Amino acid sequence: MQSVTTTASSPSAAAQDLPADGLVVVVKQDCPTCRLVAPVLGALDAVDAVVYSQDDPAFPDGVAVRDDTALDASTALGIDVVPTLLHRAGGAETARVEGWDRDRWRELSGVADLGAELPEWRPGCGSRTHDPAVADELLVRARGHLLAARRVELAGLEDEAEALYDRGWTDGLPVVAPTPPRVLRMLAGTTRAPDEIVAVVPPNLVPATVEKVAINAVLAGCRPEYLPVVLAAMEAACTPEFNAHGLTATTWGAGPAVLVHGPIARRIGVNAGGNALGQGTRANATIGRALQLVIRNVGGGRPGEVDRATLGQPGKVGLCFAEDEEGSPWEPLSASRGVPPGASAVTVFAAEGPRGVVDQISRSPESLARSLARALLGVGHPKLAPGFDAMLVLAPEHVAVFAEAGWDRARFGAELDALLLRPPEELARGADGIDEGLAGPTQPQPKFRPGGLLVAVAGGGAGKFSAVLGGWVGGRGGSSPVTRVIEEA
Amino acid sequence: MTTVLDPTDESRPAARTVGSRPEDLTGRTVGLLDIAKPRGEVFLDRLAALLAERGVTVRRYAKPTFTRPMPADLRAEIAAECDVVISALAD
Repeated sequence: MQSVTTTASSPSAAAQDLPADGLVVVVKQDCPTCRLVAPVLGALDAVDAVVYSQDDPAFPDGVAVRDDTALDASTALGIDVVPTLLHRAGGAETARVEGWDRDRWRELSGVADLGAELPEWRPGCGSRTHDPAVADELLVRARGHLLAARRVELAGLEDEAEALYDRGWTDGLPVVAPTPPRVLRMLAGTTRAPDEIVAVVPPNLVPATVEKVAINAVLAGCRPEYLPVVLAAMEAACTPEFNAHGLTATTWGAGPAVLVHGPIARRIGVNAGGNALGQGTRANATIGRALQLVIRNVGGGRPGEVDRATLGQPGKVGLCFAEDEEGSPWEPLSASRGVPPGASAVTVFAAEGPRGVVDQISRSPESLARSLARALLGVGHPKLAPGFDAMLVLAPEHVAVFAEAGWDRARFGAELDALLLRPPEELARGADGIDEGLAGPTQPQPKFRPGGLLVAVAGGGAGKFSAVLGGWVGGRGGSSPVTRVIEEA
Repeated sequence: MTTVLDPTDESRPAARTVGSRPEDLTGRTVGLLDIAKPRGEVFLDRLAALLAERGVTVRRYAKPTFTRPMPADLRAEIAAECDVVISALAD
């Protein structure tokens, strides 16, 4: 397989070498149409046409050919097809013919009997600039100057996956090697400049550029179109309100989780349906992971170091899902979080792994609300209130019970609040034979602080289940959920 | 050979050296920092008594919450007022 000549001049130098006026032809020997028109190129010598060859400087035989095996001229000219015949005047293109078209080649060249022995028309072939084998090198040559991160050479005999793990860059699972072409393709997913500072990342308070986030998004396995979501999640997670430092350092096992709102979720394929909290969907699996890898690699938040979790939980590898806004009978959670209708956004919140809640019997909203409230009391400890925040994910069959009875989101929240206001005798230390609990409570206590329980709708169509994702200490002494609109979505 | 881009902050951890320890505490001021974990004061009260028996000047400090880093002002205050600091880290 032929590679691009790496010692070639830069594209800008090639652009300067392009003839400012007259005819230009770009060909490659590997193309049957180019071989067909080879005799014609000799005739074009008479009108001072400049011929570039993409793959063989000796082709066509007997014609003065410029070597474009480095593809600089082809890139500068924006060649998609060979052969291409161009006319330039004053350094700008005035006409272009792709493939062999006898009448148009005659018209452009002014040679009346050009190609009399050739068929009238033949389609061309793809330009070598589009050959996947060389596209990466061309991308790096054209845009590599945008990359500022330190380049690390992996030795030829190193296994790539092992090498990246050995450098401490992974969460324990294999990562995708962040090569310059992959990072450049990732950066194409955002309109933001690679050197823009996205956030100052805890715990080490290191400024992270768009490029650094993109590198970690490659590691995580993201596609370029996920990058705007990852960038917004980074911004949200690095606010004082979210307190990623405390969440990383705490012995409690919660980690940062990402809920995606609005049309971007469907556009990039964030799962809000069956198995939304599980495996199998690339966006769900990699967006939260990218956020965690930035905190690890840029911020320095590593398990056993600043991350002091006693047990942790599998969601700390990365947890991301979307609300099923189209399927939900309720207004989306994003509305109460200040996201304008039609906009896309992320909410970053502290979360443990999901705990399923079964209720297959309740058909009245009152009964089902009591079931869910009972399950929510278990967050942290049933006798601690208020304390930890939580996320309740209602699956379609459960939210339908409320919607069919005329309960909207606000009614559901108010009914739940009433059920979650617990009497002091239930919460006191020693009550029910359990030493843990509140010290000398005299008033009923809410299980969650105001705003401490988020409710989203997601999940597959079958199953009278919901899920509780316990959080961490809510508010100023811990972490508050933070929502960011994705401006570029 | 594969070239990859460094995903880290590209800095070795800032080499922080621990200040040299004093030979003894005579005439020194020792700060006792309660990070606000439950029962941290029990440990620090006992330390304060033991230090006082040895004629050491003791100053007490507390973080507002253990869940967040120490306020910069508090850090500066301790550094200005004390020769040594002992932090009660666990509960």
